[in-house]
Amino acid sequence: MEFGLSQEQTMLADNVGRYLTDRVDLERIRRFAEDGDDADLWQGLAELGIPALLVPESAGGVGLACLDAALVAEALGYHAAPAPFLGTAVAAPIALAGLPAAEALLADVAAGSARVGLAIGEAAGARADAGVTARDGALTGKALFVTDYPADHYLVADRDGGLHLVAAAAAGVSHRPLTTVDRTRPTGELTLKGVRAEPVSDDPAVLGRLLDVTRVMLAADTLGAAQAMLDKAVAYAKEREQFNRPIATFQAVKHMCAEMAADIEPCRAMVWYAAHALDHLPEEAQVTACHTKAHLAEVGKFVAKTATEVHGGMGFTDLLGLHYWFKRIGYNRQLLGTPEHLREEAARAQQLTA
Amino acid sequence: MDLSYGPEYEAFRQEVRDFIEANRDRAPKGAGLRDPATLEWQKLLIENGYAARTIPREYGGYGAEPDILKSRIIAEEFARGQLSQGLGGQGISMLVPTLLEMGTEEQKRQFIAPTLRGEMVWCQGYSEPGAGSDLASLSTSAKLDGDEWVVNGQKIWTSTAHLADWIFCLVRTEPDAPKHQGISFLLFRMDTPGIEIRPLVDMTGAANFNEVFFTDVRVPKDQIVGARGQGWAVANAILGHERDSLGNPDATLSRLNALIELMRHETIDGVPVIEHPVYRDRLMKLQGRVLAMRCNDLRVLSSRVNGTGGTGLARLINKLQGTELRHELEGFAVDVMGEIGLAYGDNPYLRGHGSWQNQYMYFLGLIIGGGTSQIQKNIISERGLGMPREPKIQKG
Repeated sequence: MEFGLSQEQTMLADNVGRYLTDRVDLERIRRFAEDGDDADLWQGLAELGIPALLVPESAGGVGLACLDAALVAEALGYHAAPAPFLGTAVAAPIALAGLPAAEALLADVAAGSARVGLAIGEAAGARADAGVTARDGALTGKALFVTDYPADHYLVADRDGGLHLVAAAAAGVSHRPLTTVDRTRPTGELTLKGVRAEPVSDDPAVLGRLLDVTRVMLAADTLGAAQAMLDKAVAYAKEREQFNRPIATFQAVKHMCAEMAADIEPCRAMVWYAAHALDHLPEEAQVTACHTKAHLAEVGKFVAKTATEVHGGMGFTDLLGLHYWFKRIGYNRQLLGTPEHLREEAARAQQLTA
Repeated sequence: MDLSYGPEYEAFRQEVRDFIEANRDRAPKGAGLRDPATLEWQKLLIENGYAARTIPREYGGYGAEPDILKSRIIAEEFARGQLSQGLGGQGISMLVPTLLEMGTEEQKRQFIAPTLRGEMVWCQGYSEPGAGSDLASLSTSAKLDGDEWVVNGQKIWTSTAHLADWIFCLVRTEPDAPKHQGISFLLFRMDTPGIEIRPLVDMTGAANFNEVFFTDVRVPKDQIVGARGQGWAVANAILGHERDSLGNPDATLSRLNALIELMRHETIDGVPVIEHPVYRDRLMKLQGRVLAMRCNDLRVLSSRVNGTGGTGLARLINKLQGTELRHELEGFAVDVMGEIGLAYGDNPYLRGHGSWQNQYMYFLGLIIGGGTSQIQKNIISERGLGMPREPKIQKG
């Protein structure tokens, strides 16, 4: 019995963490927020094998498991690092592995030379004017809040639970960027008018699994971001002096930090378990993924607020940059299902309601 | 990640299940501490290694090598079979491990075996009216007079004092030493002249707690564990045991499943509560938190089994999170029942024998007892996050 990470997994997390510590400081995040250029970082992560992680060995990848990918997601969240991880490194191999028409694309993904955006948000509840309809092999409609934008290809969900691969350059595709609070995660909108796409699957279970996997990755990203905010809050409280003593000596401040730690720590085991379930416990995967993303969203929201408060007025400023983590946690919370949506899905998946 | 226990352990699990099936009828049903059926069951469990499992044979235990997974399997299977895993109580769970570590050979031989058999019942004399969270400021005194300690003072929150044969008690023996270095750990009989016990009724209506008063209670000099003035170190070893055992996530899971059943059967205007989206959402929120705590528990278990570190914080938060979560879960069940959640005692509308109302209050007691949630937060921030202690106020 071993509930924990293997040596290889610890090494993977350490390697990615070290790379990001070296390359992604606050200045780098700010630069990306201005110019949206992460080519150097993605190239570096490709050299570490990150985009190839989930690509099967038979398709030229590393063939690791969702738990390994979750560790990378956590590290990216910890550093608020910009990277087309969710769509390109996670969703693409999960959805496209074994699909003959996507073989070349997947090889390019593994090499870090192609990007795949994720346009499945409407499967977790479509807002007004949003949603894509598939009819006679052509896609029409709008996908909002597409992640890893802009990309070479997009994974698009339709209203019936089907999944399609759309080339950005295909006839009938138009797209534009959408500004969001989180400047570390470029996001866009796709408008499709009778677009010929590559069918990936018409089985809603395939789309369901893609949702499970990407939700666990978003939860892992929040885990990392929340841990970073707690670490920053504790460090700041030890340094900052008021009334002739570090504010870390005040119980009011210590208790805020203890509450954050007490909430975050079980989340680590929960994310590991949910990621493990994606590959090894198929009957639990959906409920666990829903619960994990919903729970991390709640814990993340609490930590984002509380850690900011520990920093006092400085926490509210752009100068300190803490807001990048605050917003990252917010992005993860809203994307692919809010906590209420996810908890209802978990209840229905357990047949708790008629 | 490998969540299976492996064939050796699965075989052991089957053994435990077979034992439970074969002996189910012999288990005591709600019998008292001193009931012959209780003592017989305890004896049977020790003989088969399901109680006092790792206590050496010469002290009346089963004498097995410590094996965390086997202990876990026993606990899981007895819980699943809804059978008592033998006697608990502060003598067995706290005093015995302490004596094994700190007691003299003579003390081990005198006290451990009868305690394990349930023939010697103990209570714990720690808290005082003036020494709660700041336990080390306790003032019950013991002065040496010839070959005897003379004990004077008062204890409070003393569970089962009215049933106990003996007490393990913290007393101040060195009034001039710094507060942590002036305490000693004494053992004495509860029928010693000069002890008065007054029951303390708690908010559930039960009287498990007591106040215990000592007036010139004479205790033989050698009934001390550890040296004079070392009682604080002895007591701290025991407090660690207590924190580990509160807020067990498996027990919380079984209450969550009972809550789901309650919500399926309880109706509002003919509609099951679970069909109301607002209630369902609160249920799912709790289910997510229970899942997180179960994962945390598995991670800690695994690190203990495999001797891997890195779970210090995961352990420190257990008492705080476990008791708060359980209290909230029980309280939500009370909400689910609406006005029926007010029913108590002999009210004919009680659901589940009133366990939800009772546990809701009982767990508030556990949030406070064994180190309040606020003390837990101090511990988490200081030991877990390395934050500094509050500066001491200079007296005078």
